[in-house]
Amino acid sequence: MDTYDDSELTPSKSASSKLKEYSIGATPLQKRLESVRKQTTFVSTPHRKKILQCSQLQEDVDPQKIALLLHKQWTLYSLTPLYKFSYANLKEYSRLLSAFLTAEKHKGLAVEVGEDINVKVIFSTLLGVKGTRRDSEAFLVQILSESQRPAGKLEEKVLWTGWFCCVFGDSLLETVSKDFTCLPLFLVNGAESNTAIIGNWFQNTFDCYFRPLSINAFNLSWMAAMWTACKMDCYMATTEFLWSVPCSPQSLDISYTIHSEDAKALWDSVHKTPGEVTQEEVDLFMDCLYSHFHRHFKIHLSATRLVRVSTSVASAHTDGKIKILCHKYLIGVLAYLTELAIFQIE
Amino acid sequence: MSTQKGVKNSRARKRTSCGNVTYQIKEKPSYSGRISKHGRSNPEAYEHAKDALQEALKFFEKGPIRTSRIKNKSMEKHLKIMEKVAWIDGLAPEEIDVLLNVALSGKFGNAVNTRIFKCLIPATVISGDSVVKAVSWLCVGKCSGTIKVLFLRWLVAMFDFINEKDQVNLLYGFFFALLQDDALCPYACHLLYLLTKKENVKPFRVRKLLDLQTKMGTQCHLQALLSLYKFFVPTLISVSLPIRRKIYFKNSGNLWQAALIAVRQRNTEPSPLSLKLPLGSAKVRSLKRKWNSDSIIPMPNSSSYDKECGKKEISLSDLLSNSGSFPVEQLHNLPQLLENIHCLELPSQMGSILNNSLLLHYINCIRDESVLLRFYHWLSQLLQEECLWYKVNNYEWKKQFTSLLDSVIKAQCFLQEGFYSCETFLYKSLPLWDGLCCRSQFLQLVSWIPFSNFSELKPLVFDHLASLFFTSTIYFKCSLLQCLRELLQNWLLQLSMDIHMKPMLSSPLKTTLGESMKSVSKLIHYVSWLSTNGLRLENNSIFLLHFILDFYEKVCDICINYNLPLVVLVSPGVFYPALFSLDSSILNQLCYIMHRYRKNLTAAKKNELVKKAKSQFNFSNKIYREFNHYLTAMIGCLWTSKSFQKCFYHDIIDLDARLLEEAGITEYRSSLNLVHHPALFSYAVSFLLQEWPEARTIKLSAIRGKKWNWYLDYLFSEGLQGLKIFLRHSIHHSASDE
Repeated sequence: MDTYDDSELTPSKSASSKLKEYSIGATPLQKRLESVRKQTTFVSTPHRKKILQCSQLQEDVDPQKIALLLHKQWTLYSLTPLYKFSYANLKEYSRLLSAFLTAEKHKGLAVEVGEDINVKVIFSTLLGVKGTRRDSEAFLVQILSESQRPAGKLEEKVLWTGWFCCVFGDSLLETVSKDFTCLPLFLVNGAESNTAIIGNWFQNTFDCYFRPLSINAFNLSWMAAMWTACKMDCYMATTEFLWSVPCSPQSLDISYTIHSEDAKALWDSVHKTPGEVTQEEVDLFMDCLYSHFHRHFKIHLSATRLVRVSTSVASAHTDGKIKILCHKYLIGVLAYLTELAIFQIE
Repeated sequence: MSTQKGVKNSRARKRTSCGNVTYQIKEKPSYSGRISKHGRSNPEAYEHAKDALQEALKFFEKGPIRTSRIKNKSMEKHLKIMEKVAWIDGLAPEEIDVLLNVALSGKFGNAVNTRIFKCLIPATVISGDSVVKAVSWLCVGKCSGTIKVLFLRWLVAMFDFINEKDQVNLLYGFFFALLQDDALCPYACHLLYLLTKKENVKPFRVRKLLDLQTKMGTQCHLQALLSLYKFFVPTLISVSLPIRRKIYFKNSGNLWQAALIAVRQRNTEPSPLSLKLPLGSAKVRSLKRKWNSDSIIPMPNSSSYDKECGKKEISLSDLLSNSGSFPVEQLHNLPQLLENIHCLELPSQMGSILNNSLLLHYINCIRDESVLLRFYHWLSQLLQEECLWYKVNNYEWKKQFTSLLDSVIKAQCFLQEGFYSCETFLYKSLPLWDGLCCRSQFLQLVSWIPFSNFSELKPLVFDHLASLFFTSTIYFKCSLLQCLRELLQNWLLQLSMDIHMKPMLSSPLKTTLGESMKSVSKLIHYVSWLSTNGLRLENNSIFLLHFILDFYEKVCDICINYNLPLVVLVSPGVFYPALFSLDSSILNQLCYIMHRYRKNLTAAKKNELVKKAKSQFNFSNKIYREFNHYLTAMIGCLWTSKSFQKCFYHDIIDLDARLLEEAGITEYRSSLNLVHHPALFSYAVSFLLQEWPEARTIKLSAIRGKKWNWYLDYLFSEGLQGLKIFLRHSIHHSASDE
């Protein structure tokens, strides 16, 4: 929508465009309702998607920071838009959250025992981790513990990392007003207790809501297909699937490992539409895997539940855990996760 | 809300919290079975138990009389009573005092003493005196080691509830001496850890502790106590202790944990303004509840960030106006709200308005999009996360979820409008709903769906409801009809408000009056479709018919009651089953409805609104024709008159009159009139019996002429008011002709 961009440029125009909006009768809330209706009426995920582009990272990336995001297991959350969040205040937020964290850690202890817990929280932006110009800037939150080494050197250790991002989140942007910052995807690595404290602080300060984001089998198979389709210079890992058979007393897990080259070859034989991945292709790809497995083991994998997918691009678990391996496709992976997060918010 | 009610509510919550306890101690079936069976559901039995408790206390005080089987039995009975009362309500300080004496005096065996200890749950507090007395029993040496351990564990668990801790602290030396006993040492350490004050830290004690440590090796509990000593008097202890915080004392073995949670809940009275949801126990919490330890609905707190950070950026206008903002925590009554409405600081979490009627007032007045959006996001995420069929069947969750829905519904009723979040929640959850779980809450949410285009809503809401309607029991059918009636009423109220606002504000609904009316009439047609088929499925059940006619009582009065140009007639699938019903109240209700239709139609004819709307809205002669048709049918049926009769029978019963006559049914023409109608037949008989008690045979055909009029009066006096109004207004002329 054009009006939105205009409104950011000049304040005088923003007032008029807002007025116009009201006179048409489409308040953000009503737009939201409309979009939910559409979402619910039609199929949840569109039938076709673009193939992941190689590198869409913007120029001004900090490679060190990007390296922080790779090769780590992240737990996924969806997050509703942040109210009155300002990138200008990151330093202030660091200070407040540090104080809050320390206070929370001391809560419930009647008497101080032992040394002080020396923790520090740092906010920093992750430049370039976004899809379009309109996407909000991603940012990183880290908890560092400081301890005095005997040598007198101050040593910092990262205890917990979390980051907020939005990649191609246009559909969400259209349904909120200017006071909100849309960063629907939140990724965490670190102790749950810290996540709870930080999550609480964000919920209190920016009136947002965190919810764990799990990935169902349907979306996992989409990921499998999309990631297999990615062109790689060299494959770092094999392609692996994990199915779970619910049976008592212990569930049975079936792991299925393929050479990534073979998986890619299979995909190339299935893939017909240039530049796109379609639902039919995904189904066909998975069916091929199933029938191959059935020929050897006489087990119908289609009757079990897909739990984990790992490829050279990334690996994802149905519990909402993800590990991104390939720098080239970081944005592509995040775009799909953002889509899932937005769907959960709506 | 009156305070009295508030008190009642808190009592009710107490009960639910007791429910938690029973739920938690599943591993002890002897308790849970008792409580859930006899629980507080039966107040008389409970009062009885209170009396019995006193008896039990006397019994225990007396001590055991030489054992016989009968005595054993009565002891078991007393123990059980004591356990029951203790777990439900806790024991008074005096009762605990008595029982402590019994348990530690060694009058009974270990098994009994253990049971007594397990149910030593305070209702409010434990007096320090009792603890001192109990400790003196330890010195006598009459109780065994296990009971001593149990006593110490109990002291640790109940430490927060002990009233005069100073008195207990006087016994510090005694407890310290217990450290020498290997079995008691960990528990004594824990107790000392809780008890220690700075003045308790003495060099000789430090020495003793260090001795113990060299003797027994580094033990968590000893280290804990040492590090506490070191904290108080750092100079006394030169030994280096590990800096890292550890869990010093194992808490897992707390026998009284579940009970303690219940006691704490009992002792913290809810704040009068906001009714908090009952808390679940810590174990069965979703992630959300793990994060927010208190309640799933946040408390109203003004924004913490603004408070701390905002000072830096005081703008000039703020300084000039000199208006300090009014923090939301201080808002307690309506006058305050009215005075400070211009500078009220909104809560940091919008979700907190849900339980706060003042804030609900406030957001109803201001139409701030971002406030509504914040609330929208919060509520829709919360509902989805709490929604219980995403999780396994869990009683605790179900209760939480139900009470969440209840408070949402309460807020909606208060505002007299539905939340968008609830609507979107219904879109997502109705396809999965089984029609059973939280039925009344779900249907209430449906009835608050804000007015919108019916065709858009149909695939999202009404199609799912229809399939549930056809596959569920008659009770579900009735409740759904009732809910749809409320929905219709809410829509009509909203629209009738909008009509008056229209000249000033452009309606957010973006629809013309005609379109809105079309939407409402589609809703009515949908319900009539449900009703017709429902009646078929349920064999024209009278019960169902009542609910259907209740719906039509709303429908027939739309013109007059809501000033909206809409008349939708009752459908034939409902009209005829009602007309031929065996139940007089159904017939009566139908008569009333037809009378109201007549009123509305005549009003509509005069009304300007209709003329205006006529161009867009199909308010044609067809409706009048149809109504007249129904009317003729009714009159022809109930009021035998030849001119009506013919067309009536030809329309409904496609039967050749000759066939009927051949079959020997000669009286068919009058067989549905006021005398012979199956719904009124019994009235006719009792009328005759009343008038001519001596008559040996009863001839219904005798009711005619003057008697007919008497009979009418009789019917009206029996409470058939609908029939009365209907006849008075419809048959006025023909009656006077006679």
